[in-house]
Amino acid sequence: MPDKLMDNLVIAGTTYSSRLLIGTGKYKDFDETRAAVDASGAEIVTVAIRRTNLGQNPDEPNLLDVLPPSQYTLLPNTAGCYTLEDAVRTLRLARELLDGHTLVKLEVLGDPRTLYPNMVETLKAAEILIKEGFQVMVYTSDDPIAAKQLEELGCVAVMPLASLIGSGMGILNPWNLQIIIENATVPVIVDAGVGTASDAAIAMELGCDGVLMNTAIAAAQNPVLMASAMKKAVEAGREAYLAGRMAKKLYSASPSSPVAGTIGRLKT
Amino acid sequence: MIQLIVNGQSQHVPISHGAETRAQSAADATLNIAQLLEHMGLQGKRIAVERNGEIVPRSKFDQPILTDGDRLEIVVAVGGG
Repeated sequence: MPDKLMDNLVIAGTTYSSRLLIGTGKYKDFDETRAAVDASGAEIVTVAIRRTNLGQNPDEPNLLDVLPPSQYTLLPNTAGCYTLEDAVRTLRLARELLDGHTLVKLEVLGDPRTLYPNMVETLKAAEILIKEGFQVMVYTSDDPIAAKQLEELGCVAVMPLASLIGSGMGILNPWNLQIIIENATVPVIVDAGVGTASDAAIAMELGCDGVLMNTAIAAAQNPVLMASAMKKAVEAGREAYLAGRMAKKLYSASPSSPVAGTIGRLKT
Repeated sequence: MIQLIVNGQSQHVPISHGAETRAQSAADATLNIAQLLEHMGLQGKRIAVERNGEIVPRSKFDQPILTDGDRLEIVVAVGGG
């Protein structure tokens, strides 16, 4: 059993002390983004890559000024990409933008209504990106076979959904997640679906190596407070996992207090 | 003037006098990325550029590679999950 103090998340050879990864979308403004990131304790934060707004205020603040790459591990994603070509081009641009940074989050979506991943395109894109030297953390369905195939291609982390992106529905299929975790030799990070702190704790208790979330924090009534709650939930869930929970029993024939010495009559 | 498709929109970008005299024909490269970024008010910003599907490294921003009809993508990092 690993010691709590030695218990770090290692992705592609780099050690992180926080197992909570957060997205930077949907916040009111950059001040709130920064406050939520700080309250969450996250070291890895996802960013999206988008076209510059032509003809708009060129002095508008830049996310990279708010979250400097010197202080945070920025994880550029391919959110919004529906083809492997778009995903690969986006991450090549991200690598150029972030001075050769190769750790990326790949997601290739299959359907704009559900944002469910297209696993065929995801697998093909992962293969190309890995050949080009990217370290790919990959968003996947909770299909244990797809997750294993992505690992075998060389992805540095597999990130199954707990439920659909932005749904806040929580962990809908803990059994599949458990199979993915059992099979994996790279970190398994639940990505998508967490709605509140208990969902994050459940993911960690299952044995996930980390949790990635955005909407659960950004869409809370008080995002900064929810970020703090998520930090504690991930830590609590991880410690509970390491501690090893008691066995579940319908009822216990062994009370917590001593049986002998009660002042009444003993019932047998 | 040179016509480019920048982020999906057609843009007419003036070219400097020096560049114009060097150009032999409309097909010749006459503009560099740095000049384009300056024209767009993006100089010094943290951006990345793709030209006709290929990344243009920052080290090539001062080379007059842009020609009529080039398709460019200029991107930034924004909040996302």
